[in-house]
Amino acid sequence: MYRFLWRLLPGGAALRLTIAVLLTGGAVAALWYVVFPWLAPRLPIG
Amino acid sequence: MTATVRVIGELCLPAGLVLLLFYAYLLWGTGAETEREQRVLQRRLGEVFLRHEGRTGPAAVRPGDALALLRIPRLGAGYRFAVVEGVGPDELRRGPGHYPGTALPGQVGNFVLSGHRTTYAAPFNRIDRLQRGDDIMVDAWDARYTYQVTRKEVVDPGEVDVVDPVPGHPGQRPTTAYMTMTTCHPKFSAAQRLVVQSVLVRREERRD
Repeated sequence: MYRFLWRLLPGGAALRLTIAVLLTGGAVAALWYVVFPWLAPRLPIG
Repeated sequence: MTATVRVIGELCLPAGLVLLLFYAYLLWGTGAETEREQRVLQRRLGEVFLRHEGRTGPAAVRPGDALALLRIPRLGAGYRFAVVEGVGPDELRRGPGHYPGTALPGQVGNFVLSGHRTTYAAPFNRIDRLQRGDDIMVDAWDARYTYQVTRKEVVDPGEVDVVDPVPGHPGQRPTTAYMTMTTCHPKFSAAQRLVVQSVLVRREERRD
Protein backbone atom coordinates (compact mmCIF):
# COMPACT_ATOMS: atom_id res chain seq x y z
CA MET A 1 0.00 0.00 0.00
CA TYR A 2 2.71 2.44 0.96
CA ARG A 3 4.69 1.56 -2.14
CA PHE A 4 1.56 2.17 -4.22
CA LEU A 5 0.99 5.58 -2.61
CA TRP A 6 4.63 6.44 -3.08
CA ARG A 7 4.36 5.70 -6.83
CA LEU A 8 1.25 7.85 -6.99
CA LEU A 9 3.25 10.94 -5.97
CA PRO A 10 4.79 12.95 -8.82
CA GLY A 11 8.43 13.92 -9.29
CA GLY A 12 11.68 12.47 -8.06
CA ALA A 13 12.45 11.05 -4.63
CA ALA A 14 13.13 14.46 -3.06
CA LEU A 15 9.89 16.01 -4.31
CA ARG A 16 7.91 12.91 -3.34
CA LEU A 17 9.35 12.99 0.14
CA THR A 18 8.51 16.70 0.49
CA ILE A 19 4.94 16.15 -0.65
CA ALA A 20 4.56 13.13 1.63
CA VAL A 21 5.80 15.11 4.65
CA LEU A 22 3.50 18.05 3.83
CA LEU A 23 0.46 15.81 3.40
CA THR A 24 1.18 14.01 6.67
CA GLY A 25 1.67 17.33 8.47
CA GLY A 26 -1.60 18.63 7.04
CA ALA A 27 -3.45 15.54 8.20
CA VAL A 28 -1.95 15.84 11.70
CA ALA A 29 -2.87 19.54 11.90
CA ALA A 30 -6.43 18.83 10.74
CA LEU A 31 -6.78 16.15 13.38
CA TRP A 32 -5.25 18.25 16.18
CA TYR A 33 -7.03 21.53 15.48
CA VAL A 34 -10.34 20.44 13.97
CA VAL A 35 -11.25 16.79 14.53
CA PHE A 36 -9.95 16.28 18.08
CA PRO A 37 -11.38 19.50 19.58
CA TRP A 38 -14.75 18.49 18.15
CA LEU A 39 -14.52 14.88 19.29
CA ALA A 40 -12.99 15.23 22.75
CA PRO A 41 -15.91 16.95 24.58
CA ARG A 42 -18.26 14.26 23.25
CA LEU A 43 -16.44 11.39 24.90
CA PRO A 44 -17.67 10.06 28.23
CA ILE A 45 -14.47 10.85 30.07
CA GLY A 46 -14.48 13.21 32.99
CA MET B 1 -7.38 -12.16 -0.05
CA THR B 2 -3.73 -11.88 0.90
CA ALA B 3 -3.66 -8.37 -0.54
CA THR B 4 -6.72 -7.35 1.51
CA VAL B 5 -5.20 -8.72 4.68
CA ARG B 6 -1.97 -6.90 3.93
CA VAL B 7 -3.72 -3.57 3.37
CA ILE B 8 -5.68 -3.99 6.61
CA GLY B 9 -2.44 -4.77 8.40
CA GLU B 10 -0.77 -1.73 6.89
CA LEU B 11 -3.69 0.48 7.90
CA CYS B 12 -3.22 -0.54 11.52
CA LEU B 13 -0.03 1.47 11.73
CA PRO B 14 -1.54 4.89 10.83
CA ALA B 15 -4.65 4.04 12.88
CA GLY B 16 -2.47 3.37 15.92
CA LEU B 17 -0.57 6.60 15.34
CA VAL B 18 -3.82 8.56 15.14
CA LEU B 19 -4.95 7.04 18.45
CA LEU B 20 -1.63 7.93 20.05
CA LEU B 21 -1.96 11.46 18.71
CA PHE B 22 -5.48 11.70 20.15
CA TYR B 23 -4.20 10.51 23.52
CA ALA B 24 -1.52 13.20 23.38
CA TYR B 25 -4.22 15.73 22.54
CA LEU B 26 -6.30 14.69 25.54
CA LEU B 27 -3.29 14.93 27.83
CA TRP B 28 -1.76 18.17 26.60
CA GLY B 29 -3.89 19.75 23.90
CA THR B 30 -7.03 20.07 26.01
CA GLY B 31 -5.07 21.45 28.96
CA ALA B 32 -3.45 24.12 26.81
CA GLU B 33 -6.88 25.06 25.44
CA THR B 34 -8.35 25.50 28.92
CA GLU B 35 -5.35 27.46 30.18
CA ARG B 36 -5.71 29.85 27.25
CA GLU B 37 -9.43 30.29 28.00
CA GLN B 38 -8.73 30.70 31.72
CA ARG B 39 -6.23 33.52 31.14
CA VAL B 40 -8.90 35.45 29.25
CA LEU B 41 -11.67 34.63 31.75
CA GLN B 42 -9.59 35.56 34.79
CA ARG B 43 -8.51 38.84 33.24
CA ARG B 44 -12.11 39.68 32.40
CA LEU B 45 -13.20 38.72 35.90
CA GLY B 46 -10.52 41.02 37.32
CA GLU B 47 -11.85 43.89 35.22
CA VAL B 48 -15.41 43.22 36.34
CA PHE B 49 -14.29 43.14 39.99
CA LEU B 50 -12.30 46.32 39.57
CA ARG B 51 -15.23 48.25 38.16
CA HIS B 52 -17.58 46.70 40.73
CA GLU B 53 -19.77 45.81 37.82
CA GLY B 54 -22.67 43.57 38.51
CA ARG B 55 -23.33 45.06 41.92
CA THR B 56 -26.89 44.94 40.83
CA GLY B 57 -26.66 41.18 40.42
CA PRO B 58 -25.40 38.53 38.07
CA ALA B 59 -28.48 38.52 35.86
CA ALA B 60 -26.31 39.45 32.91
CA VAL B 61 -24.05 36.41 33.21
CA ARG B 62 -24.47 34.36 30.06
CA PRO B 63 -23.44 30.74 29.53
CA GLY B 64 -19.67 30.57 29.18
CA ASP B 65 -19.12 33.86 31.04
CA ALA B 66 -16.93 33.96 34.12
CA LEU B 67 -18.95 34.02 37.33
CA ALA B 68 -16.46 33.77 40.18
CA LEU B 69 -12.89 32.88 41.06
CA LEU B 70 -12.34 29.59 42.87
CA ARG B 71 -9.35 29.01 45.13
CA ILE B 72 -8.55 25.98 47.27
CA PRO B 73 -5.43 26.31 49.46
CA ARG B 74 -5.26 22.54 50.08
CA LEU B 75 -4.65 22.05 46.37
CA GLY B 76 -1.82 24.56 46.26
CA ALA B 77 -1.28 28.30 46.62
CA GLY B 78 -1.49 28.69 42.85
CA TYR B 79 -4.78 26.84 42.53
CA ARG B 80 -7.23 29.25 40.97
CA PHE B 81 -9.90 28.76 38.37
CA ALA B 82 -12.46 31.09 36.91
CA VAL B 83 -15.87 29.45 37.27
CA VAL B 84 -18.05 29.78 34.19
CA GLU B 85 -21.82 29.78 33.93
CA GLY B 86 -23.15 26.50 32.50
CA VAL B 87 -22.13 22.85 32.56
CA GLY B 88 -22.35 21.84 28.89
CA PRO B 89 -19.30 20.46 27.05
CA ASP B 90 -18.53 23.90 25.66
CA GLU B 91 -18.56 25.53 29.08
CA LEU B 92 -16.60 22.81 30.91
CA ARG B 93 -13.97 23.14 28.20
CA ARG B 94 -13.24 26.59 29.63
CA GLY B 95 -13.22 25.74 33.32
CA PRO B 96 -15.38 24.46 36.17
CA GLY B 97 -19.03 25.33 35.53
CA HIS B 98 -21.91 26.54 37.67
CA TYR B 99 -25.20 24.64 37.29
CA PRO B 100 -27.63 27.27 36.00
CA GLY B 101 -30.51 27.78 38.36
CA THR B 102 -28.69 26.67 41.48
CA ALA B 103 -27.68 29.21 44.13
CA LEU B 104 -25.09 31.86 43.38
CA PRO B 105 -21.94 32.24 45.50
CA GLY B 106 -22.88 33.01 49.09
CA GLN B 107 -26.62 32.63 48.53
CA VAL B 108 -28.81 30.43 50.68
CA GLY B 109 -29.30 27.18 48.80
CA ASN B 110 -26.79 25.05 46.95
CA PHE B 111 -24.04 26.60 44.82
CA VAL B 112 -23.30 23.66 42.53
CA LEU B 113 -20.17 23.32 40.44
CA SER B 114 -19.10 20.65 37.98
CA GLY B 115 -15.58 20.25 36.63
CA HIS B 116 -13.37 17.91 34.67
CA ARG B 117 -11.48 15.29 36.66
CA THR B 118 -9.09 14.63 33.79
CA THR B 119 -8.36 16.53 30.54
CA TYR B 120 -9.07 20.24 30.01
CA ALA B 121 -6.62 21.28 32.74
CA ALA B 122 -8.54 18.93 35.09
CA PRO B 123 -9.71 21.56 37.61
CA PHE B 124 -11.29 18.96 39.91
CA ASN B 125 -8.61 16.30 39.48
CA ARG B 126 -7.51 16.34 43.11
CA ILE B 127 -10.65 17.28 44.97
CA ASP B 128 -10.58 13.76 46.44
CA ARG B 129 -7.73 15.06 48.63
CA LEU B 130 -9.95 17.61 50.33
CA GLN B 131 -10.58 16.93 53.96
CA ARG B 132 -13.30 17.93 56.37
CA GLY B 133 -12.75 21.52 57.43
CA ASP B 134 -10.69 22.55 54.40
CA ASP B 135 -11.37 26.06 53.09
CA ILE B 136 -12.76 26.73 49.64
CA MET B 137 -12.66 30.38 48.66
CA VAL B 138 -15.03 31.85 46.13
CA ASP B 139 -14.45 35.41 45.01
CA ALA B 140 -17.69 36.72 43.60
CA TRP B 141 -18.66 40.15 42.31
CA ASP B 142 -19.87 41.31 45.70
CA ALA B 143 -17.66 39.56 48.27
CA ARG B 144 -15.33 36.74 49.11
CA TYR B 145 -17.12 33.68 50.39
CA THR B 146 -15.34 30.93 52.30
CA TYR B 147 -16.89 27.50 52.42
CA GLN B 148 -15.68 24.64 54.58
CA VAL B 149 -15.71 21.03 53.43
CA THR B 150 -18.20 18.90 55.33
CA ARG B 151 -18.27 15.63 53.43
CA LYS B 152 -17.02 13.72 50.44
CA GLU B 153 -18.73 10.83 48.72
CA VAL B 154 -18.92 8.77 45.55
CA VAL B 155 -22.40 8.43 44.04
CA ASP B 156 -23.99 7.05 40.89
CA PRO B 157 -24.70 9.56 38.11
CA GLY B 158 -28.44 9.15 38.74
CA GLU B 159 -28.26 10.27 42.36
CA VAL B 160 -29.02 13.87 41.62
CA ASP B 161 -30.24 14.84 45.09
CA VAL B 162 -26.67 15.93 45.93
CA VAL B 163 -27.40 19.07 43.91
CA ASP B 164 -30.70 19.86 45.66
CA PRO B 165 -31.02 23.21 47.52
CA VAL B 166 -30.53 21.16 50.70
CA PRO B 167 -28.11 18.45 49.51
CA GLY B 168 -29.63 15.01 49.93
CA HIS B 169 -33.04 16.32 50.98
CA PRO B 170 -35.18 16.86 47.90
CA GLY B 171 -37.97 19.36 48.33
CA GLN B 172 -36.68 20.83 51.57
CA ARG B 173 -36.45 24.61 51.85
CA PRO B 174 -32.85 25.71 52.48
CA THR B 175 -31.80 28.02 55.32
CA THR B 176 -28.06 27.59 54.86
CA ALA B 177 -25.65 28.37 52.02
CA TYR B 178 -24.16 25.12 50.74
CA MET B 179 -21.70 24.45 47.98
CA THR B 180 -21.36 21.19 46.05
CA MET B 181 -18.55 20.23 43.70
CA THR B 182 -19.10 17.27 41.40
CA THR B 183 -16.69 15.54 39.08
CA CYS B 184 -16.18 12.20 37.38
CA HIS B 185 -15.03 9.11 39.20
CA PRO B 186 -12.91 7.07 38.79
CA LYS B 187 -10.40 9.09 36.82
CA PHE B 188 -10.70 8.82 33.02
CA SER B 189 -14.21 7.43 33.39
CA ALA B 190 -17.73 8.70 33.92
CA ALA B 191 -19.12 5.64 35.67
CA GLN B 192 -19.65 7.45 38.98
CA ARG B 193 -19.49 10.92 40.46
CA LEU B 194 -17.22 12.22 43.18
CA VAL B 195 -19.05 14.79 45.26
CA VAL B 196 -17.57 17.25 47.76
CA GLN B 197 -20.05 19.13 49.96
CA SER B 198 -19.22 22.27 51.87
CA VAL B 199 -21.01 24.94 53.83
CA LEU B 200 -20.56 28.73 53.98
CA VAL B 201 -18.64 29.88 57.04
CA ARG B 202 -17.47 33.39 56.19
CA ARG B 203 -18.30 36.40 54.08
CA GLU B 204 -15.74 39.19 53.80
CA GLU B 205 -14.72 42.06 51.58
CA ARG B 206 -12.74 40.97 48.58
CA ARG B 207 -9.10 42.02 48.70
CA ASP B 208 -7.97 42.24 45.09
